[in-house]
Amino acid sequence: MKVVIMGCGRVGAQLARLLDADGHTVTVLDTDAYSFRRLPPDFGGTALIGNGIDEDALKKAGIEEADAFVAVTQGDNRNVMAAQIAKHIFNVPKVTCRIYDPLRRELYESLGLEPVSSTTIFAQMLREKLEG
Amino acid sequence: MYIIIVGGGEVGYYLAKALLEEGHEMLVIEKDASRNEFICDELGSVCIRGDGCELATLAEIGTGRADILIAVTGDDEDNLVACQVAKYKFNVPRTIARIRNPKNEAIFKKLGVDVTVSSTNIILETIAEEVPTHPLTHLLTIRDKGLEVVEVKIPPDSTTIGKSVKELSLPLESKLALIIRKEHKPTVPTINTILQAEDQVIALTPSKSEEALRTALRGV
Repeated sequence: MKVVIMGCGRVGAQLARLLDADGHTVTVLDTDAYSFRRLPPDFGGTALIGNGIDEDALKKAGIEEADAFVAVTQGDNRNVMAAQIAKHIFNVPKVTCRIYDPLRRELYESLGLEPVSSTTIFAQMLREKLEG
Repeated sequence: MYIIIVGGGEVGYYLAKALLEEGHEMLVIEKDASRNEFICDELGSVCIRGDGCELATLAEIGTGRADILIAVTGDDEDNLVACQVAKYKFNVPRTIARIRNPKNEAIFKKLGVDVTVSSTNIILETIAEEVPTHPLTHLLTIRDKGLEVVEVKIPPDSTTIGKSVKELSLPLESKLALIIRKEHKPTVPTINTILQAEDQVIALTPSKSEEALRTALRGV
């Protein structure tokens, strides 16, 4: 499938690597070209400079033909806005994003997004590690 | 009325000041400590420190009974989320967002924000009107019809001066609505109206014919 990833931080770059290795067509979008250094040398996808909350940048990244979109920048609000544009303006079938704030995650889940709160998941994992 | 303002920058501060003077109950939410302190010093205890996108903060200040939430931070995405949280979590009846990127206007509407104010567009329009040589000024957009109400000034060196309206090669879809002349009452032009220097022509036109209309009215 065609996937657009917004944010090429550690998580974004790692996800891009995994999906690329699985044979998907991956486009990574980031406002800072320097962040693309995190992509592996054999990365077969496309790295594009651009802001994922800008319609035109998303179009350039191929959002109109994309099967999936994921937003993993540092900003919850940026992720939420980009994910909603992907879902409601471009009708991308599969949309998800990272939201650090667990309460905001709940709200946006009720609004039809499928956000993941790394805060909650990571805290649970740490607890298991300490208690287990 | 209880009004919540998210963002205590220049816009937030002056807005708060104006609303207070009108006698409304209002509260500003501002992240920055020194900005927060400044607003409280100037306007009294009407500012709290916090993130206006966070549910806990909004719950604490009684957003559930707010009549309006106005998000005026400098970041479009923050304004969007503040309005969405207010609307969908706290059922605030009216949400207003400031936007910087004019392209976001349609997106915000689709995502549930009631009113958007594009500071960029307002500044551009105001400047365009003040630039005397500016050939064509947008007065009003009739969105659902794709039409623009525009004003074209006829400069003294225009080749169309002395010509009648029927002699101009106006685009078919454009209609002249009004001609305003110095020291005259505004008149509705007919096909025999003669153009004069310094005329202000108000016309209705589809956006795509703007350039053709401007050329037809002013000559090349």
